[in-house]
Amino acid sequence: MTDRYLVSPSPHIHAKASTDSLMRDVLIALLPVTVAAILFYGWSELLVLGVSLLSCALLEWAIAKWMMHDVRIANVPSALVTGLLLALNLPATAPWWVVFAGAVFAIGITKMSFGGLGQNIFNPAIAARVFLLVSFPKQMTVWAAPNGFLPVTDAISGATLLGKYNEGGMEALRALGYPGNHALFFDMGGSVGEISAGLLLLGFAYLLLRKVVKPWIPLSIFATIALISGIFHGVAPDTYTGPVLNLLAGGVILGACFMATDYVTSPMSAWGGVIYGAGIGFIVMMIRYFGSYPEGMSFAILIMNCFVPLIDRAFHQKKYGRG
Amino acid sequence: MNSLIWTVIILTVLGCILALVLSLVARRFHVVEDPRIDAIEKALPGANCGGCGFAGCRAFSDAAVKAGNLDGRYCPVGGTPVMREVAAILGVQTEEKAPQVAVVRCNGSFANRPRVNDYDGLKSCKVKAALYAGDTHCPFGCVGCGDCVAACAFGALSLNAETGLPVVDEQKCTACGKCVQACPKHVMELRNKGPRGLRVFVSCINKDKGAVARKACAAACIGCGKCAKVCAHEAITVQDNVAYIDFTKCRLCKKCVAECPTGAIHAVNFPVLPKKEEEKKDE
Amino acid sequence: MGGVHPDDSKFARESRIEVLGVPQKVFVSMSQHLGAPAKPVVAVGDFVKTGQLLAEPGGFISACIHSPVSGTVKSVAPRKDLAGNMAMHVEIEVLGDLWEDSIDLSTKLIKDIPEDREAILQKIKDGGVVGLGGATFPTHVKLNPPPGKTAECLIINGAECEPFLTSDYRMMLEHPQEIVVGAAIMQKVLHACPCVIAIEENKPEAIAAMQKAVADLAYPDIRVAVLRKRYPQGGEKQLIDAVMHRQIPSGGLPVDVGAVVQNIMTAFAVYEAVQKNKPLISNVLTVTGDGVPANMQHNYLFRIGVPFSYIIEQAGGVPENTAKIVSGGPMMGKAFANLEATTVKGSSAVLYLSAERTRRKAEGPCIRCGRCADACPMGLEPFLLNRLAKAGDTQELENAAVQDCIECGCCLYSCPAQIPLLDRIRPAKAQVLGIIKSRNVKK
Repeated sequence: MTDRYLVSPSPHIHAKASTDSLMRDVLIALLPVTVAAILFYGWSELLVLGVSLLSCALLEWAIAKWMMHDVRIANVPSALVTGLLLALNLPATAPWWVVFAGAVFAIGITKMSFGGLGQNIFNPAIAARVFLLVSFPKQMTVWAAPNGFLPVTDAISGATLLGKYNEGGMEALRALGYPGNHALFFDMGGSVGEISAGLLLLGFAYLLLRKVVKPWIPLSIFATIALISGIFHGVAPDTYTGPVLNLLAGGVILGACFMATDYVTSPMSAWGGVIYGAGIGFIVMMIRYFGSYPEGMSFAILIMNCFVPLIDRAFHQKKYGRG
Repeated sequence: MNSLIWTVIILTVLGCILALVLSLVARRFHVVEDPRIDAIEKALPGANCGGCGFAGCRAFSDAAVKAGNLDGRYCPVGGTPVMREVAAILGVQTEEKAPQVAVVRCNGSFANRPRVNDYDGLKSCKVKAALYAGDTHCPFGCVGCGDCVAACAFGALSLNAETGLPVVDEQKCTACGKCVQACPKHVMELRNKGPRGLRVFVSCINKDKGAVARKACAAACIGCGKCAKVCAHEAITVQDNVAYIDFTKCRLCKKCVAECPTGAIHAVNFPVLPKKEEEKKDE
Repeated sequence: MGGVHPDDSKFARESRIEVLGVPQKVFVSMSQHLGAPAKPVVAVGDFVKTGQLLAEPGGFISACIHSPVSGTVKSVAPRKDLAGNMAMHVEIEVLGDLWEDSIDLSTKLIKDIPEDREAILQKIKDGGVVGLGGATFPTHVKLNPPPGKTAECLIINGAECEPFLTSDYRMMLEHPQEIVVGAAIMQKVLHACPCVIAIEENKPEAIAAMQKAVADLAYPDIRVAVLRKRYPQGGEKQLIDAVMHRQIPSGGLPVDVGAVVQNIMTAFAVYEAVQKNKPLISNVLTVTGDGVPANMQHNYLFRIGVPFSYIIEQAGGVPENTAKIVSGGPMMGKAFANLEATTVKGSSAVLYLSAERTRRKAEGPCIRCGRCADACPMGLEPFLLNRLAKAGDTQELENAAVQDCIECGCCLYSCPAQIPLLDRIRPAKAQVLGIIKSRNVKK
């Protein structure tokens, strides 16, 4: 025996999935909607994306290297996911310094100050979005009409559907022809990531197929939103918006599929996920119906993030041979 | 203006009531403690290292006061001076112990002990030692994953990258014994520090027969017994093919060091003599 | 519940079982089974025949060991096992191949099972038969449940859920009838309880062969069950759950829920011991690996006590790009620290793994993805156990049921952050088991 072989405890093989490959899958899943966003919003969107991705990746690395003195803490793929989600959560018109401030808040405050990947309590992209929303409300709510590389005809400019509803109730929506002539897939002004429910769901289907995430959290969110809005709309259709609009408008799909499912800030068990999702759905609807903000997805996710440790404590999977 | 006054009044009243409640509760649930516990805890080093066998300095003080004596209770970190103080508080006697230090009883550096496989599991001596005999042909010596380093609360241990063995910083070592407990191979030993730090010990615990041990490690104790023969103070015993020097009997004459054919015996802190080999006095 | 789906990698599935020769010297370990080491009954200089008793059981849970060759006993001395630890071995210099007279060497199938239950048990015990599925628990002990407990189902484990391994598969293809007779013998010992031969769905040929043998031999109450493919389907607890839909309570034994599980190879060994008087002196082992050329993939019938180095040499040497050699499957096998070690009753494979496939990568932070908990077939939460083990909190570890861990390796296998979960959990489990044991002793 002249060669030196490896010796280690079992098991001796490992699944192919790694942290980096999971992050890569999320990036791939977000690719369709990102491409669509670029096509619809054009150069301004490219700028937002570029600034967000680059600053998130650089900040992650720089903070680990110079403030935490250990480059190994940096996980650039996960920072890119944060960067992409942040960009998709911003209006295409957001000035570069707003995007950069968001990146600093997401990576620096929400993630790295807690100890880096896996340690943060709040989803970095969402926390940053909320930070920007309350700090720069003007820049954050100017929704540009899609004005990119593709001609789009029936786009809404100015306020979003939910924004109109928040200002003027159902009357304002009816003025726009709701419900009726809106093909609900490519016509939503708002954050760039909210542009197409179809492409978001396509990306999410990819994540499900690759077994990166499980469907319980989004399903629970959708079901809760549909249930609550269904009841309210059914009782008072003139006052409250219905399930279809509530599911497809705003950040519900982006938030439910890509941000509420963030491993680090969501419960680990299936039932925990259902409770967490139900909580998010409930808070969203309460904000939309009774709150002063038109949209509540970000707040809902942030609030439920706080409950994750408690939910994890309450829900464990069933152990073999123990009742 | 009115509301401001009301706010101030309400808060002041509230504060007073709460202060009253707090002080009443504190009095009601006051735990009477022997003041000597605090006194002893203050006298102890406060490292909470657990070297005495108790969870921390407080637990030690508590147990000592409760028992009213110091039998079997000794703070290795503070040593005799601290224990005298503690004994004075309790009004009892303490045993006098010579100051000790941890020593590494393994010569198996990368140079002395060729590696025959590469360990690829969790970097933990406990895990590695439970898995197999180790990455050299010596199944007794240091496995080099640094459990002792991790166990040391005083930063007295470090792994030497060149030899792969732990090194004890004598200045920082308090002889708490954590490393001795942590080492699954029982390589670490607490020995008397010796006068002016002078001490002689066998830096090997390989129980294999001489030829096997030597093949595994160039500086292994081969149990030849030459040291025991040359020792005039009967301090050295050879058992299971390995020599051991009783530090209570050793007179530091260093005859054994010169006699050892493999250089397994270390003499530490002796002044460098021109003819002495450099390697024998490192660590 | 739980489990993982590693690549099948059964490259040696088409290689017929070849009879492996013997080197000039064999070394028979006295610690080949679970329980106390066997006590040698031969002395240096003795001439032993193939199949002659070398050592007798060293305790209640122990087993006989027989000579795999004929020749002269050269030494009875400690020798390094595959982990480099010392164990007692009997060294035999091979001279010819002279078998014990009582052993029936014909290949004729003997279908008629002896009537006397006690006599069968004695033969199994005298044959040194142990469980060949991995645990090497003495078979005669397992087939004799303690008073008050009865077997309601005998499960013959043909799952072979470990990737790479094909020895059970080849046995089912090449010796299905002997296996069925062996199963029927054990069934008889267990007072004619029903018997299920459980095979994973990815082995249709083996399922067909076993079904045919069961039909041809027509023993009452034996059937073949097809199981879903997943690892560790062949784990005792998982197998009982899959076949009988019962779960063994924590700390309990299979027989507590009326189950007795025996491996395919064990059934074959029982057949040989009872019907042919042939003790357990040979077993089948797979030589395989990833990227290993087809002519170096083998299934060998080897004499137990042949050094691994001899097998490797006969199989064509260690292939290039081998970074780790494992005895057994990739999920639960042991890595070789010493290739001069000798084969034992439970040896099931020599597995070559490339650095790319086996090398551990740097541990990253836990991203709370929950894959370890999904993968755990015992429903434990390895991420939590890992954290508690790091903190050394034995109380919480026990509450989190670390003692139920079966060390299958699914958690470490599935962790995307490459956290060595099982490495940390294993010693914690040992510690907690020790605490539980000492507490029970006090009671």
